[in-house]
Amino acid sequence: MSPRPPMRDIRLLDQPFLPGMLIGPFTQANKGLGGVCTFVGEVRFDQGVEALELTHYAPLTLPGMHALATQAFGRFDLMGLLMVHRVGMMRPGEPIVCVSAAALHRRDAIDAVDFCMDHLKSAAWFWKREKRAGEWRWVEPREADHSDLARWHDPI
Amino acid sequence: MITVVLLGKLADVAGAPSLSLQGPLDWAGLKAALPDTLAEALGDPRNRVALNGALIADTAALQAAAGDEIALLPPVSGG
Repeated sequence: MSPRPPMRDIRLLDQPFLPGMLIGPFTQANKGLGGVCTFVGEVRFDQGVEALELTHYAPLTLPGMHALATQAFGRFDLMGLLMVHRVGMMRPGEPIVCVSAAALHRRDAIDAVDFCMDHLKSAAWFWKREKRAGEWRWVEPREADHSDLARWHDPI
Repeated sequence: MITVVLLGKLADVAGAPSLSLQGPLDWAGLKAALPDTLAEALGDPRNRVALNGALIADTAALQAAAGDEIALLPPVSGG
């Protein structure tokens, strides 16, 4: 059997999505995998949050996600990577992100998802605002996101 | 015309997601052509600037002409 090129499915969606509809086919497409790890993030039911809006800058955001996927493939031994992110208006409980990695061994799949999520949460080209009591407010960068990111850049 | 795309809270400061300005413009010319509140907000060193979809390393090197798109990018809040 000749080696198959790694499968890469990177998308920005401006409409609600069902993660199961993506994960099933993704898993099926990676025949012979040893493990698949999936993370789904949803808009939290934080007190008073009525809606969340994510804006992006098309020339940077999707190319940045592809560059992140390339880093993940370089760093981990992966068969496939699915990275799907919402933009636009969302309500609490709606999926906002889905990252799934398929690999021969679990550690590569788990770490690749963790790596992609830490980068998406802190370094991806998204701007977020939330609506509370009818008022929109921009969400500032969180210090915890930057320390999460730093985990991957510690000197060896 | 030069299109200036404003992301995140900079769009609120400008009151619009984009502006059209007469070119050519360098960084000082751009700031002079923008409303005062927006020019002031650009003083935050965490902001980034892209020209035609590519990040520029140093705003001092910005040279935009008619038909170009400048994007003003405040710190990201992440996904």
